[in-house]
Amino acid sequence: MGRKILFITTDQQRYDTLGVNGGLLSRTPVLDRLAAEGIRYERCQPTSVVCMPSRASMLTGQYPSTHGAWMNGVTLPIDAPSVAECLHDLGYATALIGKAHFEPFMDPFGRFAENALANLGVPTIEEPWFDGRRGVHRGFDYLEFATHGVMGPLHYAKWMRNQHPEALAGFYNVVDGDLNVNAAGGGDTGAPQVKLNDVPREWYHTDWVADRTIGWLKAQSDDTDWFCWMSFPDPHHPWDPPSSERHRVNWHDVPLPVNYPETPTLRESILDEKARHWRAWYDGRVVSNYEAPAKWVPATMTSDQVREVNALNAIEVELIDEAVGRVLSTLDHKGWSSEVDVIFTSDHGELQGDFGLLFKGPYHVDSLMRLPLIWRPAPSTKLEPSVVHAPVSLVSLAATFLSAAGAAAPSWVEGAVLPVSDDDASTRHFESTVTEWDSAFFGVGIHVRSIVTAHYLYTEYLPGTMHDGTEGELYDLQDDPLQRVNRFSDPDLARVRAELSERLRVHAERPGDRATPGVLVAPV
Amino acid sequence: MASLRHERRIAADADTVWSVITRPESIVEWFPGVVSCAIEGSVRTITLATGLEMPEEILVNDALQRRFAYRITSPLYRFHFATIDVIALGEKDSLCVYSTSAEPDTLALLIAGGTVGALEQIKIFAEAREQE
Repeated sequence: MGRKILFITTDQQRYDTLGVNGGLLSRTPVLDRLAAEGIRYERCQPTSVVCMPSRASMLTGQYPSTHGAWMNGVTLPIDAPSVAECLHDLGYATALIGKAHFEPFMDPFGRFAENALANLGVPTIEEPWFDGRRGVHRGFDYLEFATHGVMGPLHYAKWMRNQHPEALAGFYNVVDGDLNVNAAGGGDTGAPQVKLNDVPREWYHTDWVADRTIGWLKAQSDDTDWFCWMSFPDPHHPWDPPSSERHRVNWHDVPLPVNYPETPTLRESILDEKARHWRAWYDGRVVSNYEAPAKWVPATMTSDQVREVNALNAIEVELIDEAVGRVLSTLDHKGWSSEVDVIFTSDHGELQGDFGLLFKGPYHVDSLMRLPLIWRPAPSTKLEPSVVHAPVSLVSLAATFLSAAGAAAPSWVEGAVLPVSDDDASTRHFESTVTEWDSAFFGVGIHVRSIVTAHYLYTEYLPGTMHDGTEGELYDLQDDPLQRVNRFSDPDLARVRAELSERLRVHAERPGDRATPGVLVAPV
Repeated sequence: MASLRHERRIAADADTVWSVITRPESIVEWFPGVVSCAIEGSVRTITLATGLEMPEEILVNDALQRRFAYRITSPLYRFHFATIDVIALGEKDSLCVYSTSAEPDTLALLIAGGTVGALEQIKIFAEAREQE
């Protein structure tokens, strides 16, 4: 038997939102305890700072330039490799409960499998169903989907519409009448994507995902190996947690983020140091990412709006922590605690006021790229708790799951098993990670490659509609942890820049088969 | 307004490719997610797998130019205009170009995304027909 694996993801959660990582706004005792018992990673990077490419990397163990889902709205090929399929073939029961997003959400034709499966109403806890050896979809025997609201065909939205139609109006309308990401403001401050939501907590998607996960876990027998991906849609916008929970964090008391420059002059001078698309977005001249509301101009954001967004984000993080606690209690009650590996992370971060910005996009800084990552190996392994400071990447997750199952990673997996200590990281040369961005969105094409080491964050902008291939950013993470001083053109760092550029070239030319890049077929 | 274009090289004569698309009701066969359609004069109403109904007006069905043009008249769209062009490149060699201009932009992207799958099906049908 392998070890049982509980893989927990959130969406758009920053490193510094956990107490154990220095976060002060939200209380996260469950995840903090998990970190104390296991391995906490100080510098985990995504392969992409948007959902679909990053999640596809978790599933495939490949970079976006390999798996082919290079931006949101580009489907991961249906025959892409899948660690869930490997585990299924090893005899694991496999489930994905919550947000998948390997295929676009927006789907008026109903032609993508996630939407179609949910639309068919299969499978559910009450009506388990799978189609044989491969599982229902991408190696998962069992799927129940949710996303950031109550629109669309996914299981949670249908459950809400069927069971609690009176609560639907409480949720923020994620898109406007033109199907653009909604710029409408709400809450006390008029912040975009904020709403007071009267939905009872137990009907909110965070608790629903935990409830459905608990239901699936309870149905497993003691001698079953299982891999369960519990995927919370929060704390991704919209920020509309149950109003009953707003007492947890009063936004009036929330300090401004340390990387929020309080005056417009300071904000603009910092942004002007960076590549040109930063300031262009801030001023409302360019939108390069669908998920940042096209009709919202970051320069209009007030400090109170930053406070309120951060407060609601913190509430959502607390609800996730408590939901994780309920699931871990279920493992205790089943008597499985010593034989389950638990891995917790997020797909990418959130600007959350840093640099005067909100949401995400082709902006490769810690706000979006530094993630919480905790691996609590099954206590039966007797691995010592540790903190790993070396840079690691979500591309390592697939190999790590397989190692917990006692299996070697197939040749298509690009990431090595996560290190269990700094010594292990040093021995196995965990020295840098790469994050990719490619987008082509209504005439705006942006292509970014970044590399992070223990000391530097280096970004190159490849030729596109905004950049001519000569621009870049270089930050000294030790002297400038907020990444405010761009030293790309600093002659004192010319050698560093050349070395990091060479590493990006090696990454671009790495051996291995690449999927044909997919076609953009939807906004998200 | 957004204007998008997708194309597919097809190993079939242009007339063969044109024969796949020229019948308005044939859209059910080659546009993924279109589950039924009703024709009444120049009005074609398609029903999608999600249950959504979209009325369309067929504007051009020109066998000489091998151009099919239509517009979606659903109130979802402030504007929509689409063309399917079949261009002969040689013997058993054609280019099929599906263009979509629409407002709101997001809907243009969604409908154009659907045309990618449509072109794939048109290619499959045309190349199979060429073998017959």
